[in-house]
Amino acid sequence: MKTSSPLKWLLSREGLYYLALALLLAVILPLALDPFRLNMVGKYLTYAFVAIGLVMCWGKAGILSLGQGVFFGLGGYCMAMFLKLEASTPEATAHQSTPGIPDFMDWNQVTELPWFWQPFHSFSFTLMAVLLVPGLLAFIIGVAMFKRRVSGVYFAIITQAIASILTILIIGQQGYTGGVNGITDLQTLMGWSIRTDEAKTTLYFVAVAVLFLCLLVARWVDHSKFGRILLAMRDQENRVRFSGYDVAAFKIFIFCLAAMFAGIGGALFTLQVGFMSPSFVGIVPSIEMVVFCALGGRYSLLGGVYGALLVNAAKSGFSESFPELWPYAMGALFIGVVLAFPNGLAGLYRRYVMPLEDRLLRGKKTPAAAPKETTARRDDEALPDHLSVEKP
Amino acid sequence: MKQRNHHTPARGRRLLAGLAALPALMALASPVTAAPATAEVNTTGLAVTDDTVKVGILHSITGTMAISEIGSVQAEKLAIKQINESGGVLGRQIEYVQEDGASDWPTFAEKTRKLLRQDKVAAIFGCWTSASRKAVLPVMEQFNGMLYYPTFYEGLEQSPNVIYTGQEATQQILAGIDWAVKEKGAKTFYLLGSDYIWPRTSNKIARIHIEKKGLKVVGEEYYPLGHTQFNSVINKIKLRKPDVIFASVVGGSNVAFYKQMKAAGVDFTKESPLLLTISVTEDEIRGIGGENVDGIYASMKYFQSLDNANNQEFVAAFKDAYGDDMVIGDVTQAAYLGPWLWKMAVEKAGSFDIDKIREASPGIEFKKAPEGYVRIHENHHLWSKTRIGRAQPNGQYEVVYETKELMEPDPFPEGYK
Amino acid sequence: MFADYSSTELLSIFAMQGFAGLSLFSVFVLMAMGLAIIFGQMGVINMAHGEFMILGAYTTYLTSQFFQTYMPGLFAGYFFVAMVLAFLISGALGAFVEWAMVRHLYRRPLDTLLATWGLSLIMQQAYRSIFGAREVGVELPDWMMGAFQVSDLVQLPVNGLFVMIIALSIALAVYLLMFRSGWGRKVRAVVQNRPMAEAVGINTAGVDRATFALGCGIAGVAGSAFTMIGSTGPSSGQAYIVDTFLVVVFGGAQSLIGTIVSAFSISQAQSTMEFFLSGSMAKVLTLLTVVIILMLRPEGLMALKIRR
Repeated sequence: MKTSSPLKWLLSREGLYYLALALLLAVILPLALDPFRLNMVGKYLTYAFVAIGLVMCWGKAGILSLGQGVFFGLGGYCMAMFLKLEASTPEATAHQSTPGIPDFMDWNQVTELPWFWQPFHSFSFTLMAVLLVPGLLAFIIGVAMFKRRVSGVYFAIITQAIASILTILIIGQQGYTGGVNGITDLQTLMGWSIRTDEAKTTLYFVAVAVLFLCLLVARWVDHSKFGRILLAMRDQENRVRFSGYDVAAFKIFIFCLAAMFAGIGGALFTLQVGFMSPSFVGIVPSIEMVVFCALGGRYSLLGGVYGALLVNAAKSGFSESFPELWPYAMGALFIGVVLAFPNGLAGLYRRYVMPLEDRLLRGKKTPAAAPKETTARRDDEALPDHLSVEKP
Repeated sequence: MKQRNHHTPARGRRLLAGLAALPALMALASPVTAAPATAEVNTTGLAVTDDTVKVGILHSITGTMAISEIGSVQAEKLAIKQINESGGVLGRQIEYVQEDGASDWPTFAEKTRKLLRQDKVAAIFGCWTSASRKAVLPVMEQFNGMLYYPTFYEGLEQSPNVIYTGQEATQQILAGIDWAVKEKGAKTFYLLGSDYIWPRTSNKIARIHIEKKGLKVVGEEYYPLGHTQFNSVINKIKLRKPDVIFASVVGGSNVAFYKQMKAAGVDFTKESPLLLTISVTEDEIRGIGGENVDGIYASMKYFQSLDNANNQEFVAAFKDAYGDDMVIGDVTQAAYLGPWLWKMAVEKAGSFDIDKIREASPGIEFKKAPEGYVRIHENHHLWSKTRIGRAQPNGQYEVVYETKELMEPDPFPEGYK
Repeated sequence: MFADYSSTELLSIFAMQGFAGLSLFSVFVLMAMGLAIIFGQMGVINMAHGEFMILGAYTTYLTSQFFQTYMPGLFAGYFFVAMVLAFLISGALGAFVEWAMVRHLYRRPLDTLLATWGLSLIMQQAYRSIFGAREVGVELPDWMMGAFQVSDLVQLPVNGLFVMIIALSIALAVYLLMFRSGWGRKVRAVVQNRPMAEAVGINTAGVDRATFALGCGIAGVAGSAFTMIGSTGPSSGQAYIVDTFLVVVFGGAQSLIGTIVSAFSISQAQSTMEFFLSGSMAKVLTLLTVVIILMLRPEGLMALKIRR
């Protein structure tokens, strides 16, 4: 899919959807919500990064990972380590037996900053680590699994086991990781307090900007030849293989990309929330993240973003008014999405709203409508359900 | 209504109700009785009106922690109800806003924000796990709230915005170990816990204390939360033959551990080895089954069976409110203290302002506490006695020992500073 | 570490440790058998497996309450009644779930995973609403609580033996059912080639439903047995998920023998490591080893060779 000029793309129907989302996130919500609610939306947005990654690797490439929490957590922990070191100046920790190291290390009689904490004094290193640590782990897992053609359910279960291993490790090694409490009491980013309302609002806009960056990267990948191969792979893996493509390499790439997105989300999460703990790494959060993506529409990038926002907003809303009902609603959501509308909100939108739009657009004879048809159709019909069966 | 006589303010208030308009002199003479003007007692924009004051209750009522936290919610509501019946706080009825932390730490932080900023609550009673408290703490400090935290915990913390109504680790552990050494002649210990911060920290304190006495720790071991297979560790215990198993296993693992100990032929009533726990309250025994823990010892500040007038009244009121089959554990009682301690601090300060409450809190005594008597220490923890209870098959503890003096809270013990 | 102990002590400890490994093995077999049937034979991932187990556990709890109140004289034997009930109730719910949900998803295994996870959330919350958030204590008859004194140091817990016997009987029953009965032949035919099985007149939909119900029923029995050694609370089931799935996948799906072999090797590895290392590290190492082996040999220990 060639996009002749960015401007033209923006005015296309797909471009308008992106614009609408941008308008919603960058203008409407900040105007409509107080800083407290906006900060909550900011937190939900960090999950949207995971959802985009999942759309890429589950929806587009057919790889379901139940361990995205691992990457989210790793990104978050990298950021948290940096912030914790900044908060643990020798002055601030003068009452400890070893000043200058994080408080939880001191409680655990660690007397020296461990080697793997050292580089996190540097912000640029931290930024790299947020991308590379999840990416590298994903690469290792990917090479090990995809080269041996592990796929489908097996892959899902193994990622789940990895999530469980990492959680136990983080909790067990509390002298180095803060244990079950996580890394808490983070205060400033390079001297700038992240706790004030202004900071939270700024961070919100940063999250929106980075989210769009990731969306565009994902969209670009999706619409490149590469994206086509992914689709082909998902639907007929063997044929792609026989055509001479290295299927494993494509899968590894997309899995790493999804992991990096999750890592970025985790890092932004730490900044928004002010701490990181193993409870975002384990199995339960990882599966919930899949639901964000499933609800939004597993084949639609924008759907993933809306899914993450809606599920989390519903969770907060429900648990404020009917806490007992929330698990029922969540459970019903899982089942409903899968049984009734497997293509999620995006699928519903395409089926019911888009025809309306078509009629409107045709009525007005807007020229922009015509060439877009192909794009929209492509995603729309990509996935008759029977094709998404994994072949053993 | 049996709690009516709990507190004199009820009577006092009726007497003085008509004098509410009298100026500060009157209020000074008997600060609890006349309702002083709202502008005076609330200079920081809290949700206080002429006849109500809003507080927050923040616990998990869904998710994995709901099991543990429900007792605390019940106790806090009971205390609030009783305070209201006895005339409220500074003449104002307490209204509570209850939020669900959903066993999820950012949710706790989020709800704290909401309670402090949107609802402008004058105090929050809540949190259970250390992780949730750690998540809430920065928010409490940022918006200057006051949290009453009920759980016994690992210590290593002292926030100006928290009153810790449960015991910190040294209070529970030192007394427990001293008792085992002195009364039971224990020489060797096996430390066993779930794998997270509280057991690990507790066991470190225990180890230091044991080794200082020249005694021996023959094993120390942790299992992941939720672990259900303890046969290997039971074998190790049998091999090392410790005098005391010092256990801080929590949650579902507890059930598995005690059932398997019993099945492996360990009869706790023979006290060889003796099992001393700091984590099994009456609440936990309900899930484990009294017959499985018959004869273990627990070191805590409160047992439901405590024989004193305050406690009998409290237990009766609790059962009256929530049903006869309710049991009350250490944390539930500590949660009950929260609203009362807050009320007394407010009345001592003559104001709902957080800063004034903070100043007024140290030294406050609660003589009607079910556990007997508590006093707030400068470090915001409570002076309290530690008791040793022996578990009975009916799921209750029989108190076999209590410290003569109140134990001083020491959240930063030697070797941890 | 052994220098301080006499050889008889060591011998006894190794015997006990072997027994510990065996009881872990039977726990794994019980957990995994139901799942192996469902996953192996139908390719369906049942994330609510743990909740079906807990359903069995609550059934046991209710039965014990009932016996205590109405037939205290027969209390000693209530457990057998409870297990049968657990099997029937979990199995019935399983059949219903298959009818309402799973049968629509046979061609989308990953989606069954999501849907059954949703189911597990609903079941957990239902337990919470019905039985309360606290764990319930299931009282056992006295005869189940003791231990056989083999020697001074060696004691064999009765309930451990009991779990072992249940595990073995279930494994045996499943074997007979699958490989020695007409129904089992149909199930295997459906697994190996669904269209052909249909063509020769096998009611594949019926076979599916019965298989799913059987798997859930076995989960119920497992849950019932676990009240002897574990806890019964709304979210207790979640503790079993990862272990169970790993056992099944490690064994090689579609191979019941594989499941048993894998349960054996994982349990022995874990209990040996637990003895020499601390509990948490042993768990991490076991999981890690399994994951690494699976990466090297993704088809699991025993793979069924089928041409498709």
